[in-house]
Amino acid sequence: MTGPFEKLLIANRGEIACRVIKTARRLGIPTVALYSDADRRALHVAMADEALHIGPPPAAQSYIDIERVMTAVRESGADAVHPGYGFLSENPRFARALEEAGVAFIGPPVGAIEAMGDKITSKKIAAEAGVNTVPGFMGLIDSADEAAKIAGEIGYPVMIKASAGGGGKGMRVAWTAEEAREGFAASKREAAASFGDDRIFIEKFVTQPRHIEIQVLADAHGNAVYLHERECSIQRRNQKVIEEAPSPFLDEATRAAMGAQAVALAQAVGYRSAGTVEFIVDGARNFYFLEMNTRLQVEHPVTELITGIDLVEQMIRVAAGEPLPFSQADLRINGWAIESRLYAEDPYRNFLPSIGRLTRYRPPEEVSGPEKAVRNDTGVEEGGEISMFYDPMIAKLCTWAPSREAAIGAMREALDGFELEGIGHNLPFLSAVMDHPKFVAGEMTTAFIAEEWPEGFDGVTLPGNQLRRLAAVAAAIHRIAEIRRARISGRIDNHKRTLGEDFVVTAQGETFPLTLTADPFGTDVTFAGGEAVRVAGAWSPGQRLARLDVAGEPMVVQVEPRPLGFRLRTRGADLSVRVMTPRQAELAALMPQKLPPDTSKLLLCPMPGLLVSLNVAAGDNVEEGQALCTVEAMKMENILRAERRGIVTQVNAAVGESLAVDEVIMEFE
Amino acid sequence: MQDILAELESRRAEARAGGGARRIEAQHGKGKLTARERIELLLDEGSFEEFDMFVAHRCTEFGMASQRPAGDGVVTGWGTVNGRQVYVYSQDFTVFGGSLSETHAQKICKIMDMAMQNGAPVIGLNDSGGARIQEGVASLAGYAEVFQRNVMASGVVPQISVIMGPCAGGAVYSPAMTDFIFMVKDSSYMFVTGPDVVKTVTNEVVTAEELGGAATHTRRSSVADGAYENDVEALAEVRRLVDFLPLSNREKPPVRPFHDEVDRIEPALDTLIPENPNQPYDMKELIGKLADEGDFFEIQAEFAKNIVTGFIRLEGRTVGVVANQPLVLAGCLDIDSSRKAARFVRFCDAFEIPLLTLVDVPGFMPGTAQEFGGVIKHGAKLLFAYGEATVPKVTLITRKAYGGAYDVMSSKHLRGDFNYAWPTAEIAVMGAKGAVEILYRSELGEPEKIAARTRDYEDRFANPFVAAERGFIDEVIQPRGTRKRLCRAFASLRGKQQSNPWKKHDNIPL
Repeated sequence: MTGPFEKLLIANRGEIACRVIKTARRLGIPTVALYSDADRRALHVAMADEALHIGPPPAAQSYIDIERVMTAVRESGADAVHPGYGFLSENPRFARALEEAGVAFIGPPVGAIEAMGDKITSKKIAAEAGVNTVPGFMGLIDSADEAAKIAGEIGYPVMIKASAGGGGKGMRVAWTAEEAREGFAASKREAAASFGDDRIFIEKFVTQPRHIEIQVLADAHGNAVYLHERECSIQRRNQKVIEEAPSPFLDEATRAAMGAQAVALAQAVGYRSAGTVEFIVDGARNFYFLEMNTRLQVEHPVTELITGIDLVEQMIRVAAGEPLPFSQADLRINGWAIESRLYAEDPYRNFLPSIGRLTRYRPPEEVSGPEKAVRNDTGVEEGGEISMFYDPMIAKLCTWAPSREAAIGAMREALDGFELEGIGHNLPFLSAVMDHPKFVAGEMTTAFIAEEWPEGFDGVTLPGNQLRRLAAVAAAIHRIAEIRRARISGRIDNHKRTLGEDFVVTAQGETFPLTLTADPFGTDVTFAGGEAVRVAGAWSPGQRLARLDVAGEPMVVQVEPRPLGFRLRTRGADLSVRVMTPRQAELAALMPQKLPPDTSKLLLCPMPGLLVSLNVAAGDNVEEGQALCTVEAMKMENILRAERRGIVTQVNAAVGESLAVDEVIMEFE
Repeated sequence: MQDILAELESRRAEARAGGGARRIEAQHGKGKLTARERIELLLDEGSFEEFDMFVAHRCTEFGMASQRPAGDGVVTGWGTVNGRQVYVYSQDFTVFGGSLSETHAQKICKIMDMAMQNGAPVIGLNDSGGARIQEGVASLAGYAEVFQRNVMASGVVPQISVIMGPCAGGAVYSPAMTDFIFMVKDSSYMFVTGPDVVKTVTNEVVTAEELGGAATHTRRSSVADGAYENDVEALAEVRRLVDFLPLSNREKPPVRPFHDEVDRIEPALDTLIPENPNQPYDMKELIGKLADEGDFFEIQAEFAKNIVTGFIRLEGRTVGVVANQPLVLAGCLDIDSSRKAARFVRFCDAFEIPLLTLVDVPGFMPGTAQEFGGVIKHGAKLLFAYGEATVPKVTLITRKAYGGAYDVMSSKHLRGDFNYAWPTAEIAVMGAKGAVEILYRSELGEPEKIAARTRDYEDRFANPFVAAERGFIDEVIQPRGTRKRLCRAFASLRGKQQSNPWKKHDNIPL
């Protein structure tokens, strides 16, 4: 027995359970996994040394049912429990139950969880510990003049908010005293009308807000350090999507100040283990405390990549009473790390969660070198299931490189090489962020996604130079595929098919006539204007991933054959690319452009499922919002409603039928 | 001499011009290519050798004597698809609306005769208004000559029809007797009687598209095997299909270099079968993971989706796949799926294409609609087709193989060569619940007893081992290693020889 514990139970599932198991295994600690009915075949179950069933799929009856988890802990004989994140990780009752059972909780003391678990208490403690909090006046404000006075004390701009507020109602931003008076009156009126409660308070309005958090680590011996920051400003509806460390925005002084305050707060609450202090930072690098997360964060790998410290290992060692093996002075920032969260959410359907079987799941190869690292934390394998019961996160793809630019480049390549089929996912969106000039420049706020994609995401349009490179790739691989076709048996001797050198590629509405000259190592592609691009590297027919060198730059393209060409995916673009001979192209140009069918008068099935009820029949008049039918997917009933009033002309599905995505259930007049 | 050469060139130019620039423009205006343009796209560049370019009709009635365009509305000849020989005819709608005259038919017959003699497929590109009315019975005779050759060629050389415009009346019966029919969406239709006659006789109002468009024939009538967006795409896909087919019944299917591992392991197949036996899964995922490079050419994808048919390659060699599809109607057999699969099996058997059968079948679909529709005889077609087939037959039972449907789906008893099962296979007369309700009818009032009986039955039969004990299953195999096992099985069967007793022909329950 070399590890700090005899047996470690992971009270979690998915990628974080796998993540913890990896470190435990390295430390020589046997592991116990828990699983619900939905997770029998999950990766974390396969990875752990033992696995215990704890209940039905809903988390409330399994992973967060303290009684059941405690029973499993006792049954397993584990002497330590790592809670991961979410579920019971910040539940003081669970921590206390473990304490009472004499089992080590790999996390902070109960008191710290409780203190930081309450928004108001945590803010108070933070302020007392000398941590910057958002300035504001929590008391009642009687008049417009008083509002202006208080606003002046806080410092403009300020946010005037209704106490009972929500959804943006009763909120005003004021930049001057005049605006503060007007805003007060307007907010009060709105609040009274909307909520029947016209109490108003004022706080500092944080402009150009960025979400930057500090990782802290404390032991039971009074040592506490910060492992620098992570920037998590790329969020969609408060859900973090892309994180990085360090932040491109902080200077050394701000970093040190934030770090010192985070450590002060940790010490103030007697913290132990890994924790995260979240700050909101404005455009002038003023930073204000938001909250403290008393657990391991989802995005911890970026910190590990720039510090070289295994946070899970430190949590385990701290829980075993070991002192931290390093001091603040030892902790440096090495290079740059980025994390992209792959979600089973369909970006083309307003990020609607998508569930189902991962018919293809091939992450890029993990590497760890002096110039580049790729790390993929996941809880699934090919053939695994994304279920509706849990978080829709599929994987956390991280890249590291000496510079931010190189880390972004590595992420682009890693995303391009990530093969994922069977469910809708946000890979194209992640790629789009990686190519966004503001992100590349490091100029993002928490409003980045909402501002840059106000109408939602409808795919990536490749810029001209990349499109030309892709056209060159398409032509080069098409030629390889055609040569193979012409090597079929049964040919007439001496009358073999001759393949031309001229091709016409159409992609993204553009047409590229080009000429190919191939040699054993690659293909020179000459465009009509004379521009030449060399496509080097091997690709053979059937290969789904083409890793090529195009005009001296690496390019990773996902390839699927289609009639007359390929579906090619790269850099978030998903294109149907045709490669034809000049004559084929000439004749194809005569073909009518068919408009995609108008689906506004169709009810399409939004997810694969079973039609369990039909509420209308052909000829029925339906009103907007009326329930039309119910589709059961993963034991959940989804009621599909009419988007507008109309008449049902045809019903194409029958109760009991299994429906595919986009299958037409019924048609309207 | 120069003059003669010049005359040849001018005559050729005239023939190539078909119905002239105005009609060609009209053809293009309808989103259709001309007969010659289509041939260019179908065949390897520069490989077309034309026959009978100067043939003209002999009709003198109704002023026809003054219009005798060279070629008479059809372009015929041979060429290559990826270097392999095929015969082709392409009807020219710009000449008399592509209507079929006696001479037009003779041109088609000539290349069909040559195709059979020389052992190469016939590909017909159909775009014709129908019979040449001016010729009367001579035109009808022409059709019949073609029909007779379709019958004679059936099972001798593959025959493929592409419907690229109208195909109405008697004309439909030539494609109907070929092996595959493909249609072009929105610009082709097939029917025996058109909308006008339908209206007159039955008072039904229907458009040509509704009556005989690509959607109708691929989804409803099953007359067509596939449909494509336009002429260019359709012809490219026909080339792709030809690469799967042997040139004739005298040759083995083609072999193509492949870039895939024979022993490729697919761990995800271990979880393809859901834990819940009533939950469906997509059989096409299995097909894609077994096939070389994941390449699958599906036949009748839109019809009777509860069974999947099509071609894949294993080790570069064509294999015909028949697979129950649990996603649709739980993968049960019914009238439509039996007919669809039976025809496919017989095509493969006729042309020495080995058969892979993937089984997950809960039985035959019950109900009056099925019984009144004659499911007995239609289901028997598939049984018959498997029973008479002498090509290599490899079967894999992934999950359910219940009742008579077990026997039908290329079971060991129908001369299956390799009958594999996954450990998840359940081979039984019926599902446990149904079986217990019959066996223990007297205990039906006692749910606990019934539950226990059901469990007993499941323990006994919800596995492949009872069948394996009897040798009905040759081997229970790991899902992840299935590709390797199948490749080896088919490799071992390359020399298979089996024959049926001599007969004039069989009497399949049509």
